[in-house]
Order: sequence, then structure tokens, then C-alpha cells
Amino acid sequence: MTSITDPGPGATVAVGAKAPVTSQRPGFWTIRRRDQLAGYLFVAPQIAGSIVFVIVPLILMAWYSLHEWNVLAGQFSFVGTDNYRRLMDDPNLPGVLRATALFSVGLLVLNLSLALLLAVLLNQRLRGTVFFRTLFFSPVVVSMIAWTIVWNFLLQNNGGINGLLQVVGVHGPNWLRGEGTAMVAVVVVQMIKNVGLNMVLFLAALQGVPTDLYEAARVDGANGWRTFRSITVPMISPTILLTSIITVVGSLQVFAQIAVLTQGGPGNSTTVLVYYLYQQAFQFHHLGYGATLSLMLFLIVLALTIVQWQMRKKWVFHES
Amino acid sequence: MQIRRLSSVLAGLAVLASVLVACGDDRSTSASEPVKLRMTVWTANEPHLKLFQAIAAEYKVSHPNVTVSFDPIPFESYTTTLTTQIAGGNGPDLAWVLEESAPDFVSSGALVPLDDTLKKTAGYDFGDLAPAAVKLWRTDDKLYAYPFSTSPFGLFVNTDLLKKAGQPNPAGLVAPGKWTWDAAFAEATAVHAKTGKAGLVVRDFDYKVWSNLASIWTGWGAQAWSDDGKTCTFNSPEMVAAMTRLHKAIFVDKAVPGPGTSADFFAGQSAMTITQMSRASLLTDAKFAWDLVPLPVGPKGKYAVVGQAGLGVLKQGGHAADAEQFLAFFTNPANSAKLAQYFPPARKSQLNAETLGASNPLLKPAQLQSVVIDGIATGVVKPSHTGAAEIAQTVRASLDPLWKADANVKTVLDNVCTSLTPMLGQ
Repeated sequence: MTSITDPGPGATVAVGAKAPVTSQRPGFWTIRRRDQLAGYLFVAPQIAGSIVFVIVPLILMAWYSLHEWNVLAGQFSFVGTDNYRRLMDDPNLPGVLRATALFSVGLLVLNLSLALLLAVLLNQRLRGTVFFRTLFFSPVVVSMIAWTIVWNFLLQNNGGINGLLQVVGVHGPNWLRGEGTAMVAVVVVQMIKNVGLNMVLFLAALQGVPTDLYEAARVDGANGWRTFRSITVPMISPTILLTSIITVVGSLQVFAQIAVLTQGGPGNSTTVLVYYLYQQAFQFHHLGYGATLSLMLFLIVLALTIVQWQMRKKWVFHES
Repeated sequence: MQIRRLSSVLAGLAVLASVLVACGDDRSTSASEPVKLRMTVWTANEPHLKLFQAIAAEYKVSHPNVTVSFDPIPFESYTTTLTTQIAGGNGPDLAWVLEESAPDFVSSGALVPLDDTLKKTAGYDFGDLAPAAVKLWRTDDKLYAYPFSTSPFGLFVNTDLLKKAGQPNPAGLVAPGKWTWDAAFAEATAVHAKTGKAGLVVRDFDYKVWSNLASIWTGWGAQAWSDDGKTCTFNSPEMVAAMTRLHKAIFVDKAVPGPGTSADFFAGQSAMTITQMSRASLLTDAKFAWDLVPLPVGPKGKYAVVGQAGLGVLKQGGHAADAEQFLAFFTNPANSAKLAQYFPPARKSQLNAETLGASNPLLKPAQLQSVVIDGIATGVVKPSHTGAAEIAQTVRASLDPLWKADANVKTVLDNVCTSLTPMLGQ
């Protein structure tokens, strides 16, 4: 039987072993090369996936953004930087970027605050915490489309939410038709869907904080808020960084909720960047311009992720 | 040496590609070669699909090498999905095309002209097609899609709900000329006030698909843009008057349920709905008494609005000649009569109460005559323009401010034209 460490015939014997002196040159498959091959084989599926589904589409996007593609006529013509000039002059784009920023900031603040609050509450040794953890996490595993369709019914003017409000004597707004309320509704629907995931990550981080730090703080006379601010937050700061990156990147990719709940309306108040590029590429058949918007989205996500990553030294306890 | 080898490989690939392209373009597939045709449709209605499959099975008897499959795509995303399939090189051989997208498809060169094949087909009787029905699908004197459905909008009425609210059946008001929009809105208001159910619903409008409102504003003589498609007429006095009346019906009279309020006529939740004849199939098991009446008379008099759907052959499909032949069979006089039970035909000889009545047991001859036959004869086709999807989205976004109780109708409609005008000039 040949073990994985067995160099095999023809291989150079490892340093330190008493090898017979030989005048033969080492073969091509040295241990080092074998290890390298094994390593490459292990990462090959991931690299192949990245090349096929990320790198190649990205290159194609850049290529398409230099063209105008008339799908119906089957014409694909080079237009140089026309699509980029159009991007600069697009009167809808400022509103789209504003809606995107509003959605992302709203979701980031609401999601992280609520997730942390729930995690802190459910980290107590109380009866029923397992039930509530399951309850808050369960929306994460529900299909996004099913979740959004159900909320679409609930948020109608004569839907379930306003029905409940009416029971307590409140006349609810027309959630999906008001310019302010539509964005709030979309943010909240997305927040409830994903808050459980961040909550679980925070819970894991909270449970990893050494208890002796809390004991030391208690001995020093620190109150609950001071303990939370000076011990809990710094100790879970890597998780805060992780959840904020996940949430921001996810918020910039929101599509299904907009498509089902508002279709970008009322007006263009909930037309976020991904929905806008979908409209341009697939509904209006401006595939070249859609590709240009996709590249812009990619650069925004990249820039935000780099900024967050660079700021980790300020935020994250372990990095400072 | 290597360069020479590479050149020979590339040359070989080029020859192979040209052979493949030639095969794809071949307009006369040999009779023994198996051919699979795919037709995209937006209906998933089982009786519709069964009828299509029966026609395809009959075609297979005379063309054993041809198999036709029907690919239902949801109506809401139909054109988007179809064009995405075309962009991905996976376009169907035959496709239904919505009237609002007709100018885009007809002018793009994506469709194959059908005249020669249809005229050559024995017994087809090409001259029987009504000129008004084919107008939208024709350009440069060539027909690019067969108008397989020319369906007028009518008003379905839940007579049980009207009776409960003490309102007369509109059918009795049509003949004396009292079936006006004011009468219709008054009945709808009464139903809502007395039963709590919705009054009148413009089906599929949902405060988004504004083109369905043509079934109302045409009564005021309004239209979305000029006949040449170059001038926005959303802010014309006729449109302002029509929209002002509709706005009052929604927010003052409560005759029409407001935005965000859902009510399905076919589930008995509203007294009246404006929709097309093909929806009558949803009333097969209706638990209430119903009637179908023409659209009410507007200030400009009696009118009708028609929704159309075309059937075209896509060049990209690769079996254009076979697809054209199947289309000729699918729409020949015999099959057109069968399809007429769901889709009002474009054939003049079949637009009579006898033919339509034979395949429409749910509708009475009087209903077919007043709504379908008279409607097709005089109907205005719903708005259509090149760049339909972008126009639809722009108008939808600009019209949104109208759907508030305190909206200034004229200002909103002026803003619609401000947004729309640059697009009409393209």
C-alpha cells in the first residue's frame, strides 16, 4: 500500500531521512510538485466556477458595454464609449442611485440594530429562547419569491396589515402606493427576511466572548451599558464587520422584492440599481446600456467592500 | 508549420460553420428529416393548450416528421422572456406577439413575411382576412404576423350583485341608449355602498397597465398619442375630461376600487369588470348570474376597443419554412373556426353569430353580436408604438401621481407628455 507521504519510486527522499546515495537525477514528480498538484486539484472546482460564472461574464459585460445590441433585429454594433456617455447624461440615474442608497442605508441600520438586539436578548439563559431563535431564523430559509408574494397580499390597502391596524382603531396607509411608505415597506420586508441570519452570527460571536472579561468589568463596577460598549462591541467587532459587508452587498443586489411588490413605483421611488438595469437590458432591450450599468454596480460593490475592509483597523478590535 | 496547421484548422471550422449555417437557413427541409417546432404562448389554460395540441396532432398526420410543442410563458413577463430567449440564441420557431409590441417586432426584421406561404396554401382564402385586423401586423405591404385573436373589450356584469343593490341590468339600458358611463359608474357606486363589494374593475389595470384604460378614454375621443405616433396627446382636452371623470369615479363616487385594493370579478368580488371575451371561459363554473354588455356610451358616442394578438414565425428559429407551413395550417379556415371559441378570428366569413355561437356555448348570440362582432367592425386597437416597454414604464411612472385623491389631473397629464414626448420622437 502506498501512503500519501510515500515518495514512491524515483522521488527525492525527504530531508532528514537516511537515503541511499544515488547518482540518478530526481524525476519530474517531486514531493513538492505532487503537493502543488494536489493543492491545485482541490481548488480547481472553485477556480473553474469563478472563471466560468464570474470572470468570463465580467469580461463579456465590459465587451457588451461597448456595443449596442438590438436583440430583435439581431444587430450587434460597436458604439465605443456611447453607453458610458449615456450613463453620465441619464436623467433617471440620480433618482435610481438615491433610491439604492436609501434602501441600503435603511436596511443596514435596521437589520444590524435589530439583529444585535435580538442576539443580546436571546443570549440570556431564559426559557423559550430556542423557540424564539427558531422563529426569527425561519424566514431565512423561506423562498424569497414566496415570502415576497405573501407580503404583497399583506401590504395591500385592504390587506392583512391594515386589517390588523383597523382592529386597534388605526387607519393604515396604502403601503405600496405611497412614495415614502413603499420604500419603508420594501426595506422592512427584506429586513424581516434576513435579520435571522445576522442574529445567528451575532449569537455565535456573543457566546465566544470570554466570561472572565465580564467578571472583571463587574468587579471594576461597570454597569450594563458600559460593559456592552467597552467589552461586548469590541469583542464582536469582527462579526459586525462581516455582517455589515454581507448586508450592504446583499442590499445592492435586491431585485425580487422590488419586482413583486412595487415594480419600481410609485413613480420611480423604489427603482433601485439592479431593477433599473434589468429594465434597461431585458424590458427595453438596451443590452449594451444594461451591461454598462452592471459594470457600474460591480464597481460600487467593489469600492464599498474595499472601504469597509480598509476601515476594519478602526472598527475591529483584533486588527488594531 | 504551426501557423499553417492553425490556418487549416480555422479554415475547416469556417467550412463547418458555413455548412451549419446553410442547414439552419434551409427553407425546404426534406420531408423525412425530423423537425421540432416550438411555439411560445402566454396562456397556460388547459382547454386552450388541448386545442392547440389537437391541431398539432392533426398536422402530424400529413407531416409525420414535424412535432410541434407549445411553451407557455406567464403573461406578465411574456415579451421580456421571449426577447431574452432570442438574445440567448434560443428563440422559438413561432411566437405569439402582443399588440403593444407589434411595432417593435414587425419593424425589427425578426419575423418572416407570411404573405407568400399563406396565399399559396390551398384553401387558405387569404382575402378573407379583415383589413382592419391585419393593419397592425403589416408593413411595406407584407404581413409579418397573423392576427389570431382580435378580441373586443366588453363589460361583464354580475347581475346578482346588481339586483342585491337594487340596480337594473345594463342589458336593458343598452337598447334605449341609456347605457352611458355615468349610468355605469352610478350602478357601481350603488353596489359598493349597499353591498360593500367593489363596483367596477378594469381588469389587469391594477394602476400600472394604463393601456387598458383605453377601454374608457376612447369614449371621450381621447388617445395616448397622435395617429402617426409622434405627438403625445395625454394632455388633450378629451383625455383630461376622461381622466377627470375616472378620477372622480375612484376617489369621490367610490365606483372603482382605489389603488392597492384587489377585487376579482370572477370570484364574485365586484359587480362589473371590463375585459376581453376570451375571459368568458373563467365563468364556466360561476356561482352567480352574469351578463356581457358592450362598453358604455361615452360623451363622443358609441365606441369599441380591441385587443389583438399576432402569431409570427421567427427567423432565428432555424426552421422558418416548416414553421410557416404549420402557421398556415394552424390558422386555416377550419382551425380558425375551432380557435374562435377562445380567440375571435380575423376572418370576415367567420365573424357572425352562428360561427362564434357554435363554439361559444357560454355566450348568447345577442352578446356575441353586440360585443364581439360589432366591436371588431368598429373597434379601435389598444395603443401600440415602437419602444413599447420603455413607453409603458415612463407613462406608468408619470401617471402614478394621478392615483391620489388630491391630484391635479391636468398637471399630471402635462407631466406625462413632458416625459413621453422625447421618446415618441425617437
